[in-house]
Amino acid sequence: MTLLGLICAVMIADLFIENENRIVTFWLSMASLVITAVVLYATAPEVRTVVFYGAYVSDPLSQVLKLGAVVLVGVSFLYARDYLRANDLHKGEYYLLGLFGLLGMMIMMSANSLLTMYLGLETLALSMYALVAIDRHNVTSAESAMKYFVLGAIASGALLYGISWVYGVTGSLQFHEIAAALDANPGLNSLPLWFGLAFLIVGIAFKFGAVPFHMWLPDVYQGARTPVTLYLATAPKLAALALLFRVLVDGLGSLHDTWSTMIMFVAVLSILVGNVIAIAQTNIKRMLGYSTIAHVGFILLAVYTGTDAGYASALFYALTYVVAAAGAFGIVILLSRRGYDAELLSDFKGLNTRSPWFALMMLFLMFSMAGVPPFVGFLSKLYVISAVLEIGGTGLAIMMVLASVIGAYYYLRVIWYMYFEENEDKAVLQANTDTRVVLSLNSLAVLALGIVPGWLLALCVQVVGW
Amino acid sequence: MLTNYLLSFLIWLPVVGGLALLAIGDDGDAESSQAGLMRKAALAFTILTFLASIGLYLAFDNAEPGMQFVERVLWIETFNVWYYLGVDGISAPLILLTTFITPLVVIAGWDSIKSRPAQYFAAFLILEGLMIGVFSALDGLLFYVFWEAMLIPMFLIIGVWGGERRVYATLKFFLYTFLGSVLMLVAFIYLYLQTGGFNLFSFMNVPIGMTAQKLIFLAFLVAFAVKVPMWPVHTWLPDAHVEAPTGGSVILAAIMLKMGGYGFVRLSLPIVPDGSAYFSGLMIALSLIAIVYIGFVALMQKDMKKLIAYSSIAHMGFVTLGMFLLWWIAADTGAGLGMTGAMVQMISHGLISGAMFLCVGVLYDRMHSRRIADYGGVANTMPVFASFMVLFAMANAGLPGTSGFVGEFMVIIASFKANFWFAFLAATTLVLGAAYTLWMVKRVLYGEVANSNVAELKDLNSREFIVLAILAASVLLVGLWPAPLVDMMNTTIEQLMQQVGQSKL
Repeated sequence: MTLLGLICAVMIADLFIENENRIVTFWLSMASLVITAVVLYATAPEVRTVVFYGAYVSDPLSQVLKLGAVVLVGVSFLYARDYLRANDLHKGEYYLLGLFGLLGMMIMMSANSLLTMYLGLETLALSMYALVAIDRHNVTSAESAMKYFVLGAIASGALLYGISWVYGVTGSLQFHEIAAALDANPGLNSLPLWFGLAFLIVGIAFKFGAVPFHMWLPDVYQGARTPVTLYLATAPKLAALALLFRVLVDGLGSLHDTWSTMIMFVAVLSILVGNVIAIAQTNIKRMLGYSTIAHVGFILLAVYTGTDAGYASALFYALTYVVAAAGAFGIVILLSRRGYDAELLSDFKGLNTRSPWFALMMLFLMFSMAGVPPFVGFLSKLYVISAVLEIGGTGLAIMMVLASVIGAYYYLRVIWYMYFEENEDKAVLQANTDTRVVLSLNSLAVLALGIVPGWLLALCVQVVGW
Repeated sequence: MLTNYLLSFLIWLPVVGGLALLAIGDDGDAESSQAGLMRKAALAFTILTFLASIGLYLAFDNAEPGMQFVERVLWIETFNVWYYLGVDGISAPLILLTTFITPLVVIAGWDSIKSRPAQYFAAFLILEGLMIGVFSALDGLLFYVFWEAMLIPMFLIIGVWGGERRVYATLKFFLYTFLGSVLMLVAFIYLYLQTGGFNLFSFMNVPIGMTAQKLIFLAFLVAFAVKVPMWPVHTWLPDAHVEAPTGGSVILAAIMLKMGGYGFVRLSLPIVPDGSAYFSGLMIALSLIAIVYIGFVALMQKDMKKLIAYSSIAHMGFVTLGMFLLWWIAADTGAGLGMTGAMVQMISHGLISGAMFLCVGVLYDRMHSRRIADYGGVANTMPVFASFMVLFAMANAGLPGTSGFVGEFMVIIASFKANFWFAFLAATTLVLGAAYTLWMVKRVLYGEVANSNVAELKDLNSREFIVLAILAASVLLVGLWPAPLVDMMNTTIEQLMQQVGQSKL
């Protein structure tokens, strides 16, 4: 818990230094991330501990999610650095807001009461609104930030409204007390609570970008500058998963029968709508946005099962998906140059001639997202499908695999542009060695995890079992 | 013992070689010494793999009906997935076919690939390893991983080095086969939940109810029927074949189509015998439609590659026909004959169709046309080539003495035992096959020299000669002396027959 204070301290230090030399901010942020990661690792909780009068919990689940988030934020910063510098956006705010967002995420991951959760969520959301608007001269960025802010505020309102109903019915804000109250008095499981639950799910679905609360997501992904999209697309998904786990599983686990149906509809719609609309996109960021929606649908279906295998598969899916997403956006950033954002799918044309290595890396990432073995995306889909089949959801399983085939088309299109087409632009992609190495490792990770997934799978199972 | 790891060696040697080629890359110039080095390295890897597979053949015990060269290591604990390899009399010949064809494909692509040769050869090497993996995997998930991963190099081969409509063809190929396979995955997961693992033998031993058997059979059917391909899900094949580069067509026809047949034998028949019995009538009907109707379709083709592609579909109809006849034959009258015929037909078709596509490739490299109408009188300018092509055409038509005859004859005999009309329809292939193949040969090779381009054609160079000569020798060898091949399969097929005969309800 002390590490939260630590981040704050490092961030305040950043504030004073950043005016002189921006790169210092980058290295300071990286240093603070490393310290955070070390502290996180060192303070790995042996048992589930609840602190701050029950507002805050530290357990292996939060540990894993936090470590994942820290690493992803670090990777985002690294990929973003050169782009920001080349586009006169290297102002320090990106890193600072990023760190504040991380703080919010970590609060969410460890929240043990609805209010703590809400606090973390708002910390994250406010940082993200500001991040999207970071390039204030850019009209689309400003527009998408506005859109994001207005819709985000409505969703937060819905969430808060749901929280108040749940509090009203159960008399507590803390998840374990809510669960205990529901166990003690099954009569509470009735219409007023369901009413509040519906609002909670609206809020959660919005944060995830699940259909039908997905409208903001493609616009924000497209409108934000690419490093911001990269940030939005990765670590906050882990935070959203934490929100889902804490509220629905820890708190309202005994209402599984009620919420699972709602989650199922949201999930199925997300998978279908995300995959089908992604086909029509010409903008890579927007396409990846719709693909995110589809992936979120898989995560939600995994949670829908309500079994330990399902929760473990949701965690595994989220962790592996964000790795692939980080790599994909990293390559989109790499394609951009000063004053030119590579945003269109056609910018990928002829990449195999320009930079065969990065084309190969993108090929790995795309096949992983499409769920083709031996990449890890296949195993995460397999895990979710087997969890769904286990509770007898044959129809859902068939829907999922068929949707994957539809989804394969637009991932294949990226590969088609990279390998089967040529481009007048023959310039080789430029990148610093550290970005190069990390991006390559990031992309090779989807292959490596696909071949040796045992440890991560075991970790997910173990963490969820607590 | 070295042979304990022979299968892993066969799988990973080409894959590692391919990755090395990919990592080194070429300098964008197909004539440079680096590109030449890449070609030689690719050839060395494939030949080494072939030599290792000869070791497999020599150490193979024909009397053993079960699995040999077994390797078993725990891979993913959470799903109880094992890295479990082994071969029996059904898979070993197919592995030999794979290692035999791939070096020939590398030689055939020697000069004709002008752009990015290192990536081209790397794709074939990786593909080879993955195909051997499919034939030797004994764990369902491992099988599926190889099965799907194989699509990636093939997708790139057709898409990057293919003809004009390559993007359409390769996307169609990928999505068709992907769609087929995902339902197989659902079936695998269902079986996994029943047995607690992906071991194919526990899949074979677990009792399954009739409804589930029917559904699993249909899920497998979609996956394998697309691959074989059976009528009516064959439409991807002519497109893929026509647009693929010669090497891609050869691998596709010679080996990838066999995966469908292999899937039926390895998975459908032993795992869901009652489901297979229930649908055997349907399977026979679809096979006969493929043989007769697709034969007529082939007759009308104007494009040589398309013609051979349709003839492949018709010939693969014999494979599925032979496999599903066994419920229609009284057990004591040699029900295994159809199955043996189907297996021989798979190997033989691999050799013949590969050779036919190579012949078209030879012509295409010179004329850049696949249209039959652009040719005529080629025999006058390319006499050596013409004699090879006539031999392969005869084999394709099923002339006795060539490998094409053996398998088809066995299947026709077996179908006579089942039903006169099956045999009657199947035997039409002897007429139809001869008609479409020989008519094409007549139009391309004989007659007056059609135009000035044909008049300038040069005969085979030494590399092309070697490839075609090796294939010609093997076609004749299997045709005249099929005993070693049949002996290899016999005990395994007998055991399979017993296994399939027992109900699993």
